[in-house]
Amino acid sequence: MSEVTVRKQKLRKNTVKMRLIIFGTLAVLLVVCSFFSAYLTPYDPYLQDLSIAKQAPSAQHLLGTDRYGRDMLSRVIAGSRASIFSTLLLVAIITALGTAVGVTCGWTGGWVDTVLMRISDVFLAFPGLVFALAVAGSLGGGLQNAIIALVAISWPKYARIARSQTLAQKETQWMKAVRLSGSGTGKIILKHILPNILGPILVTSMLDIGTMMMELAALSFLGLGAKPPIPEWGSMMSDTRSLMTTSPWITFSPGIAIFIAVMIFNLLGDTIRDYADPKSRR
Amino acid sequence: MEELLRYEHVDISYLGVPTVRDVSFTLAPGEILGIVGESGSGKSTLIKAAMGLLETEGCVTRGDIWYKGKNLPDLPQKELRKLCGPELGYIFQSAGSSFCPIRTVGVQLYETMREHERISKADFEARAMEMLQKLGFENGKRILESYPFELSGGMQQRIGIAAAMLLKPSVLFADEPTSALDVTIQKQVVEEMLLVRKTFGTAIVLVAHNLGVIGAMADRVLVLKDGEAVEYGKTQEVLTNPQADYTKALLAAVPKLRR
Amino acid sequence: MKKYIGKRLLQLIPVLLGITFLSFAMMRLAGSDTVTEMYGDKGAVSQQIIDAKRAELGLDRPFLVQYGSWLKGLLTGNMGVSYVSGKNVFQTFVSKLPATLLLTALSIVATVVISIPLGILAAVKHDRFTDYFLRVFSFVGNSLPNFFVALLLMQLFSIRWKLLPVISKGTTVQSAVLPTLTLAIAMSAKYMRQVRATVLEELNKDYVLGAKARGVRGSVTLWKSVLKSSMLTIVTLLALSIGSLLGGTAIIESIFMWDGVGKLAVDSITMRDYPMIQAYVVWMAIIYVMVNLITDILYHVLDPRIRLGVQEG
Repeated sequence: MSEVTVRKQKLRKNTVKMRLIIFGTLAVLLVVCSFFSAYLTPYDPYLQDLSIAKQAPSAQHLLGTDRYGRDMLSRVIAGSRASIFSTLLLVAIITALGTAVGVTCGWTGGWVDTVLMRISDVFLAFPGLVFALAVAGSLGGGLQNAIIALVAISWPKYARIARSQTLAQKETQWMKAVRLSGSGTGKIILKHILPNILGPILVTSMLDIGTMMMELAALSFLGLGAKPPIPEWGSMMSDTRSLMTTSPWITFSPGIAIFIAVMIFNLLGDTIRDYADPKSRR
Repeated sequence: MEELLRYEHVDISYLGVPTVRDVSFTLAPGEILGIVGESGSGKSTLIKAAMGLLETEGCVTRGDIWYKGKNLPDLPQKELRKLCGPELGYIFQSAGSSFCPIRTVGVQLYETMREHERISKADFEARAMEMLQKLGFENGKRILESYPFELSGGMQQRIGIAAAMLLKPSVLFADEPTSALDVTIQKQVVEEMLLVRKTFGTAIVLVAHNLGVIGAMADRVLVLKDGEAVEYGKTQEVLTNPQADYTKALLAAVPKLRR
Repeated sequence: MKKYIGKRLLQLIPVLLGITFLSFAMMRLAGSDTVTEMYGDKGAVSQQIIDAKRAELGLDRPFLVQYGSWLKGLLTGNMGVSYVSGKNVFQTFVSKLPATLLLTALSIVATVVISIPLGILAAVKHDRFTDYFLRVFSFVGNSLPNFFVALLLMQLFSIRWKLLPVISKGTTVQSAVLPTLTLAIAMSAKYMRQVRATVLEELNKDYVLGAKARGVRGSVTLWKSVLKSSMLTIVTLLALSIGSLLGGTAIIESIFMWDGVGKLAVDSITMRDYPMIQAYVVWMAIIYVMVNLITDILYHVLDPRIRLGVQEG
């Protein structure tokens, strides 16, 4: 007879919770910083001093100065307000609008559903930023119009998710019981449907923050978003492009800021998705 | 008694959780062993371990599985692969899904044979047709040209058996081969497995969650509860004179099936 | 199959009507005071001249009539003249289209070459070092705005190393390198993830285990079954990402001065050349819808489950 062999099995640690805490903290920190950005800037982001124009990064000016001698670090910090806040506002609007349309479609059904869904088909038929460009172009520049443009192209996705979730909820036995109990439509939707469908929708919103931030910056870069002298990362990059050859820090500092902010929100979004749906964790 | 397969004090952990504890049994050539237990008792894990089908999630943490003088859990992947097919066959609960849905059954069987021996397409077809005919299929050519989803559930299961038998393994593991089928079709599958043993002398390890099918087929029975063997003996004895309370409960739960 | 294609074509009609109507309405609403704007800089212009110009541009007719005649123009290739250059809008669009299509095609080829092998590699090496490395790579790519990538590449290749021209001088190979690379980096990062997820999902299917139980080598299963099954999804996803690519070309073309429809659109937006923007939006949407339609039909032709009309399960 043979001796019995003992083997070891490697185990993978569950790190999702830890990631959630780390990235959540970073994201909150970023949002708080952008909210209080006015108090955090070492210099006045609008203060021009031509005698120190286009200085390379130094101890006084960590990211150097731009062509009017404005402190780049201050401008990047000040820019976080326009970039991060507008993005969060944008995502909030899309989520709310999309959910409202989706729940209406799912709950009412019939011709309302058909018409709204056909309309969303039309919006989805435009490729990516093309339609946003057109909307922003026809409304003219400005941060507000850029937000409207991105809302126009993004709501159908949320409407679809909310609709299918509502339909699924409507079919559950429990919901049938609730409806039989005679509660009013508004009450059912607010108290029973919304709390149950909000999870997947919010996960989608979190995953979209990074993309939305980049698209908003892209519109600003094209001059269709925030207008100078308001500091916004996308527009800051586009109006300093001509200085790229001689003073690259002026152009790239806001770019790196976008990259870091987008990455933090993407990491958070991914983690939240993993947390909400452990099956997708691969 | 001559042995083909021998499990010795086997412990298996699955996703870090110990699922099987200290299970031992032997299998003689041509024997049918029934492993019975409720879902989650670790019975599928037990037979998957022999063929290295636990992937990275499961691992034989203690004990040996001996097949013809080789300890299967310690065999390198390459060696084990060569045994899978010609020596050890496996029938899945839904055999249909063990074939790629977008390729025909014939193409995949040919691929399987080519992995184990040099064989021409014509020879393969002749052998496949012969096997299908022996196992009572009338329309062999049509079956080979079908996509898995084009066959009915019972048919998929029987093809699964025929596919495994194509390489004439000496041990056939059957993982709940009938539990997804209607009672009438279950009978066909049971008969086919018995025919396999009669024709080829193949030993079969049959896993099921009730004693019905096992009572009708197995020579010996192993009763598994929470990953531990609670009873192991000749089918007749276990069925007529169960020792463990758990076996009694299982017996009481199943309508009597005569052999 | 024919019935299915017919059905899809029929479904296309309302979408196309919607696209054209939306594009038209948006530009018409925005462009209602185009004429005023056109003359705005030149000081006082009499109302008569403005009215005459409005009539000439057909802006005084009822909205739906204008839409109808515009739609007719769309079908006959007569979408009006540019407010800026006075040239035929459709012809201008068509003349710039090949440059954009070339850039798109090059980017797709680059994306396929980069991301399909890497995506498959990451899936096969699941949860091992190669996988983690590639995931970080794709993650970084996903978090970089494409205009940032464009400027970065420009800085490195053109300014620092002086290997390539800063702005394109016509549609030459050298000019195409950076815009192609920029678009491909952004797209590959996203697409590699999708390829990886698709292949992983396929690798977790029962038939992979089935093949293993039959003693088929993992590499054989990967090439013959897994990749063949994944290809359907991979190709579909690629076609769907053409949408973001078509939108992305606009910004990249204008950064690199690549003379395609994207740059044309951005320039037109800056100059409020509404007929031009209209043509761009409508035609890009139509191209996109057509690409999606063809993809969908191909998917149906290629998948035996759908082709033979059998449901899985």
